[in-house]
Amino acid sequence: MSKPQTMFDKIWNQHVITGKVGEPQLMYVDLHLVHEVTSPQAFEGLRENQRRVRRPDKTFATMDHNVPTKDVFNVKDAIAKKQMTTLQHNAEEFGVTLASVGTEDQGIIHVVGPQLGLTQPGKIIVCGDSHTSTHGAFGAIAFGIGTSEVEHVFATQTIWQQKPKTMGIHIHGDLQNGVTAKDIIMALIGQNGFDYFTGYAIEFYGNVIDAMSMEERMTMCNMVIEGGAKMGQMKPDQTTFDYVRGRKYAPRDMAAAIDYWSQFYTDDPSAYDQVMDFDVSTLAPYVTWGTNPGMAIPIDGQFPEPKDINDEKAYKYVGLTPGHSPEEIKLGFAFFGSCTNGRLADLKAAANILKGHHIAPGLTALVVPGSIAIKEAAEAIGLDQIFKDAGCDWRMPGCSACLGMNPDQVPAGVHCASTSNRNFEGRQGAGSITHLASPQMVAAAAIHGHFIDIRKEAI
Amino acid sequence: MEKFTVFEGKPAVIMRNDIDTDQLIPKQFLKNILKTGYGISLFYDWRYDENGKPRPDFILNKPEYKDATILVAGTNFGSGSSREHAAWALTDFGFKTVIAEGFGPIFYMNATKNGLLPIKLSHDDVQFIGQATDQDRIKIDLPQQTVTFRGKAFHFDFEEMYRYKFINGLDDIDITLQHEAEITQFENKLPDFAANNPGDMSKSELEKV
Repeated sequence: MSKPQTMFDKIWNQHVITGKVGEPQLMYVDLHLVHEVTSPQAFEGLRENQRRVRRPDKTFATMDHNVPTKDVFNVKDAIAKKQMTTLQHNAEEFGVTLASVGTEDQGIIHVVGPQLGLTQPGKIIVCGDSHTSTHGAFGAIAFGIGTSEVEHVFATQTIWQQKPKTMGIHIHGDLQNGVTAKDIIMALIGQNGFDYFTGYAIEFYGNVIDAMSMEERMTMCNMVIEGGAKMGQMKPDQTTFDYVRGRKYAPRDMAAAIDYWSQFYTDDPSAYDQVMDFDVSTLAPYVTWGTNPGMAIPIDGQFPEPKDINDEKAYKYVGLTPGHSPEEIKLGFAFFGSCTNGRLADLKAAANILKGHHIAPGLTALVVPGSIAIKEAAEAIGLDQIFKDAGCDWRMPGCSACLGMNPDQVPAGVHCASTSNRNFEGRQGAGSITHLASPQMVAAAAIHGHFIDIRKEAI
Repeated sequence: MEKFTVFEGKPAVIMRNDIDTDQLIPKQFLKNILKTGYGISLFYDWRYDENGKPRPDFILNKPEYKDATILVAGTNFGSGSSREHAAWALTDFGFKTVIAEGFGPIFYMNATKNGLLPIKLSHDDVQFIGQATDQDRIKIDLPQQTVTFRGKAFHFDFEEMYRYKFINGLDDIDITLQHEAEITQFENKLPDFAANNPGDMSKSELEKV
């Protein structure tokens, strides 16, 4: 019998053009996603060296990082505008398909790729953005790259990569009501640390994953980078195939595609370099207290005693004290959106809680759908009205306050409950204090002005 | 890329873990379309106050560290966002190498693409080197893969292919294009499920014209 292989091994091995395991290998890239912030220098490099984009048909660009969400055709920031028009010119010059601001396919790149059917099982997918891991939810190998690598992929449709070790994380048990995919990934990082998964490609498997929608799977794979892993993935199954079917760039011969994609599964858990077991039955919703995603605790927990100077610095920045509870954080801002939780299912989950309620006095809440298509789908079922009635600001798609490159920023010293993925110092605006949580938790927190345990409290 | 073999330089120690790329270069400086000019914004939020004035106590603002070329830090250096601007900001400031206990994986790759040598050493070794002051000099010997500080030499690992690139100052794309025939051969065998691809429409529209 041949040695059991992981899904990761199978996809990886199919894509090696040259090189040996243990050394950087030249890998073929099936899909290259592009946005305005990490591409200008790469296009410039092509131009300087008289190179072309080798496969424009495997390249797709949109604008997301610094687009305004209020009036998309009025970019007040001259430098942001320059970056956007630069992408426009570069896309025209190099023949790359671009979903520009205001057009129907525009949105956050990691929302748009799957939505258009570009993201498919078995592919190697790269993008100049660390949250590219999101696409691994489809059984692809997907990871973030830097701008030099963007240029390299443009010119050669390949990338040099050293094969990482694999870790299988078995997610099993029964989730309690109000506990979500976001809480699972936040708990994994909170319990193990911000760099615990460095050097690994992670595969999540088990009954909990099997039962998840594609949106939930994407939320989990999206945040593996917050645990240090460049790649996270899940086996493609009927849920995956049904999601891809019929989308703009989906295979027209789905039968042949599904037949091909069905080879991508892990033969046996013994094939992983490391296995972790995670029972979700007693898991509570998670909230971050500090300045990296590893600084997270369950809603019924207490802020921990600082264990080193990093914790002390984090406490100083966020203005909280050990021993207290997330329910005591006085919130001034709530943000719904991002490539982690900006999809229709996320907006529905938040709207379900907000319906018939109003956000706390003095609190500002922004709702930023992940794409134009999601915005329109949400409006078609009246979600926009629920958010507006609750006192939230309903916006146009983009990365928005997840990283505050556009005008959507959290003021200094204000605590923000956020459905995004990073709580670094100044991430949502200079001096802003981010608390990551699920859409349901952020919605309930917005109503109360502080976090609550949505498992037990009726609103 | 400049060739990197043996050099001796001045260290600056920022012994903190999880220095993420948002700290190395905050988002407001990512809107440029050039690769240069980021050094002045390196560590912006730690280096300047709310009014943009340099904080005199931050190490890189001290005159004796203006010519530092070796950054020494804790674990998980360069974690977070993929922004290559973080590597550009470090090299633009003048850093040629970062010695740390560990690196964020994307930052590590970005460093290797920009002639910024990422040196991973053990906790104890990094703590020892972390005693360095502006009076110290650290010697990096890439062909030998050693860091020498106060008479003690420490070995580090650096992947052979990257070492070859650094020592010879080579660009990745040049190396890859030597494999062009293999890439084309690979492309000819790719499965095809009759998908529409980006750009296909415009091509067919072009044919009509």
